[in-house]
Parts: sequence; C-alpha cells; structure tokens
Amino acid sequence: MSVMDDPAAPAHGLSARQMALYRFRRNPLAVIGALIVISVILAAIFAPWIAPSPESAGSFVDFRNRHSPPNWQNLMGTDNVGRDVFSRVIFGYRVSLGLVVWVLGVAVPFGIVLGLCAGYFGGWTETIIMRFTDIMLALPPLAMALAITAVLSPNLINAMIAITLLWWTWHTRLIYRIVKGQMNEDYVEAARVAGASHMHILFRELLPNCFSAVAVKISLDAGFVILFGASLSFLGLGVQPPTPDLGTMVATGSEYLPEMWWQAVMPGLAILYAILGFNLLGDGLRDMLDVEL
Amino acid sequence: MFTYLFKRAFTLLFVLLGLAVLIFVIARIVPGDPARIALGPLATAEQVTKLQNEMGLNDPYPVQLWTYLSGLVQGDLGKSLLTSRPVMDDIMGALPATFELVLFTVVLQILISIPLGVIAAIYRNTWIDSVLRVISLLGVVTPGFVLAIILQLIAAHYLGFFPVTGRIDPGIGFSAEITGLLTIDGLIAGRFDVVIDALRHLFLPAIALAAAGIGQVMRITRTAMIEVSSRDFVEASRAYGIPERVVTFRYMLRVASVAPLTILGLEFASLIGNAFIVEFVFSWPGIASYGVRTILQKDLNAVIGVVLVSGVFFVVANLAIDLLLGILDPRHRIRAGRGS
Repeated sequence: MSVMDDPAAPAHGLSARQMALYRFRRNPLAVIGALIVISVILAAIFAPWIAPSPESAGSFVDFRNRHSPPNWQNLMGTDNVGRDVFSRVIFGYRVSLGLVVWVLGVAVPFGIVLGLCAGYFGGWTETIIMRFTDIMLALPPLAMALAITAVLSPNLINAMIAITLLWWTWHTRLIYRIVKGQMNEDYVEAARVAGASHMHILFRELLPNCFSAVAVKISLDAGFVILFGASLSFLGLGVQPPTPDLGTMVATGSEYLPEMWWQAVMPGLAILYAILGFNLLGDGLRDMLDVEL
Repeated sequence: MFTYLFKRAFTLLFVLLGLAVLIFVIARIVPGDPARIALGPLATAEQVTKLQNEMGLNDPYPVQLWTYLSGLVQGDLGKSLLTSRPVMDDIMGALPATFELVLFTVVLQILISIPLGVIAAIYRNTWIDSVLRVISLLGVVTPGFVLAIILQLIAAHYLGFFPVTGRIDPGIGFSAEITGLLTIDGLIAGRFDVVIDALRHLFLPAIALAAAGIGQVMRITRTAMIEVSSRDFVEASRAYGIPERVVTFRYMLRVASVAPLTILGLEFASLIGNAFIVEFVFSWPGIASYGVRTILQKDLNAVIGVVLVSGVFFVVANLAIDLLLGILDPRHRIRAGRGS
C-alpha cells in the first residue's frame, strides 16, 4: 500500500523521513521486530551487568545445582555443571552479534564494491566478476563453511573467516542488479557529461541509490548469520567451550534429552528469538523503504 | 527450445568446471599440509614425504590440477583416508539416503506450502490468513537443528509412531538394491511393510528440513495468487461461468506457480546445507553425515568430494527448475534463450 491511499496518513507537512518513520510505526510486526533486536543488542552489550550470574559465562561449576529445571532462581534452568542457562544465553548473544558485526562488516563493503564495478564498467569486468559470483553462489554455503572451518581447524575466528568468504556474493548480485537498472537513468548520464570521475559516479551517485536495499538486506542477513554461526557451533566446528555460544549450548544440552529438555530447548528458543527479531525488522524496513530484493 | 537447452547445458559445464577448480584452489591454498594433517602430529618426516608423493602433493600445481580434473571426469575423487575406500564409492553408497530425504522433503514442501498459500490468498485478511502467516513466519525463523530437536522431543514423548533415528528398522532386513531408495525399491519388491517403515523414518527429518522452505513458499504463493487474481483473464473466465475451483486451481495457479517454483529451486541450496544438520541430529546415513564425519577427521579428499557432489546436485537442480519454468511459462524460455 502506498502512502497516498492510506486514509489515516497525516495529510501534509511531513518530510520523506518522517513519512517513512510513520509507515514503520504503523506496522506492528516491524515494531515488535525492532524491539526484539534492541533487546538482543542491549543484552549483548550489558551482559555482565544484566546476567543474574555472570560467572556462569566461564568454566564455572556448581555441581550441587546441576540439571535443575527452570525456576525463579534460574529462569531457564541450569546445565550439566550447574551453570545458569539464562546467563549463558545473554553472553551467547555477545558471541552471535560479534559474528554478525564481523561478517557483515567485511563481506558487505567487499560485495558492494564488486557489484558496483561489475554493473558500472560492464564488459570484461562484468563477465569476470559475475561469473565468479555465480560459481560462488553455486556452492552449498553450509557445506563450504564446514569444509573451510574444518581444514583451518575449528574455532570462532575461522568460523568467521569461512562465513565471510561466502557472504559477499549475495551483496554483489544485489548491487549489480540495482546498478544495471540505474545505468540508463539521466543522473548518471548527467554526471558523466559534467566530467565526473569514475570514482565520483560510483560512490557519490550510484552508491547512495543502493542504500535502502542494502539496509534491508543487512537486517535480513543478520538473522541468517546468527543461524549460520549457531549451526557451525552445533556441529562442533565453531565456538569452542567454555565460551558460551547458543549453538554449542544446544549441542551439549541435546545429550540430556528428553528429561532435561531445557538445556537444549532454551538456547534454541533464544536463537529463534534473535532471528525472528531481525526478520521482522527486515520485512518492516522493506515495506517502509519500498525496495525489492 | 534447442538453442535454449544448448545454452543452459553450456553454462552448466562452465559452472561445474569453475566449481571444481575453485575447490581445488581452496584445498591447496589453505595453510597446512594435507599429508601432515592426515597422518597427525606423531608421524615421522619420512612417512609424511611418502604420503605426499603418493598423493602427488610434490608435483607442480598445474600438474596436480590436471591429474585432479582428469580424475574427476572419470569419476575418480581419490581415496578416503578415513575409510580407505575410493571416495566415489563412499559417496555413491550414501547418496541414495540423502536423495530420498531431499526428494521426500521437496514433495512435502510442495504438498503443504502451495495449498496453504492458495488458502491464505483466498481468505486474505481474515483470521485464517493471520494464523497461516504466523505458521509461515515460524517456519522461516526456526533453525533446522532446533526444530529437529523439538520434534525429537515431542516424538519421543508423545508420538511413539515416528522413530527418531535411522532410515529403516534394522529388524526388517531389506536392502534397497535397484534404485537405493527404500520407498521405491520396497514398492517394486511389493514389500509394503518396508515402504511404511521407511516413510515413518522419513517423516520427522523431512519436516525439520522442509519447514524453512514451506514458510517461504507459502508467502510467495499467497502474494502471487493475490497478484494474479486481479488480472483480466480471471474475471473473463468467471464471466464465462467456469467453476471457481477450475479458475483458481487450473488457471490462476498455473500462472502464479512460477514464483514459488523458482524459490523452491533456490531452496535446494539451503536444503542440502540444512541436510548436514538434520542428518546429523537424526543419525540419517546420508552424504551429509559422511561429510560431517570426514570433516571432523580432516579427510581432505572426502571433503572435496562431498562439497563437489553437493555443488553438482545444486546446479543440476537449478537447471531442472529452469527447464520446468520454461515449460510453464514460455516467456521465461525466450528471455533465457536470448542469453540475458
């Protein structure tokens, strides 16, 4: 629905930004998504102050209190050595979000630059970059990440490297498509006629037109990076104990199924919560900024 | 149509060659000597040199690449260090299990998601639509392994009917020798007990694997159906007095199914990826289980083989979807034929 036919929309006097914010607020799911994402980010940043038992994040043991089901003291129960699962989940968000920031921080700029060049220069540049991207996209991502992490020996840093190596392709393809569509627009031609350099056209004219698509993509991506990292750890190829990671916690907890279900299910639901938040936020942003991916 | 097919086949070959070379490069540039990794830290320098020579690691890279590629063409992926059998044999042994699981998953995805998407479109903006929307959202955001564990938990407690590990009850004593697919071979042999048991084993892993795709395809089907419903030909068909059922399922769905089918094709990638996790949780004896085992053992030849085979699987699946789209929607054929 466009703003024009929304009868409840304030009639005038609003800037484009205010209008977009207004549309965002009118979408309850997007607001829920934003709240979830904010709660996860706050939990990650302030983990040592929020977690009821910060010592649970390390290799702390309390055998008298092991395997206790969820109660007021331990909201999500305790694990096989008596650590508070809730506290570990909060610290787990730190690891997950760290992964997101690293992976997207490296892969997105790289993917964007390649996509811009392929779309703008065309010819051989385009053929080489896009064929290579196609091949990379043909690789089953999880299998590749597994192989890379395994060969490099499994730990958090290598998991980050493996995911980053695979992630730029999506952004390259997205930016390439947008730039291809923009190349016939007058403003590009105008800039060229005015004698603007390639760098200027690429980064000052074309790039700003990609921002909304990239914003939506990053928000949707964040959830998938979390899922990816958790999957690697779940298979024992990512974060190593005692660092609290949600995937590792599910794997360890699943040894105590079905009786002590909370040890696997609670961290699992925590992953779901974070992914749900980023997904709702991404969908909301997509409607708000009106982009197609 | 022939130009189209030819073009597609050519691209396929190109992508496969690129895939093979890329995997070779990744396997060679990673730090660490495969022979040393395979033998472990306790092996002597002599043993390592011997294995290096056996594996051809001391040849120049172009020679290694040539040996590797010409081996590939003959279906030779080298020997697995874990099982000391040819990797190709190991993979061929594990492939039918994965193929059966993935096939069953796709069937499940189509059977569940497209009808639900159509229902959501018919009852749009009612409570039915809202409920379906929540279901599809949960399907998309639930990680495969979390869903797998929750399903196992529920099945172990309440639904004794669905086994939580393996592919078939070992007590049945049946080996699938014709196609390797237990359900198909069971049907051919007329052993309905085998078919039922295989389906029981398939059900939970397939649901865990299918969920993400179901959620996505449901949404896309709903959007596509709503979009199609405002076209003139729908109104015209109704005006002719053609029954609503026929208009919806024969006319509208045919046009609207292009988008969901494309997504289903793309889903294949994540399907194979997720199969790694789901097979692991359900002890499913497929290629992904083999992959995880060999990865943990740093069995490089086997890892390359698994990645390559899953890549081929993915590329071929995409081609198949593309051809299917060409049949459903001639415009697609023409567009792709022009080589855009």
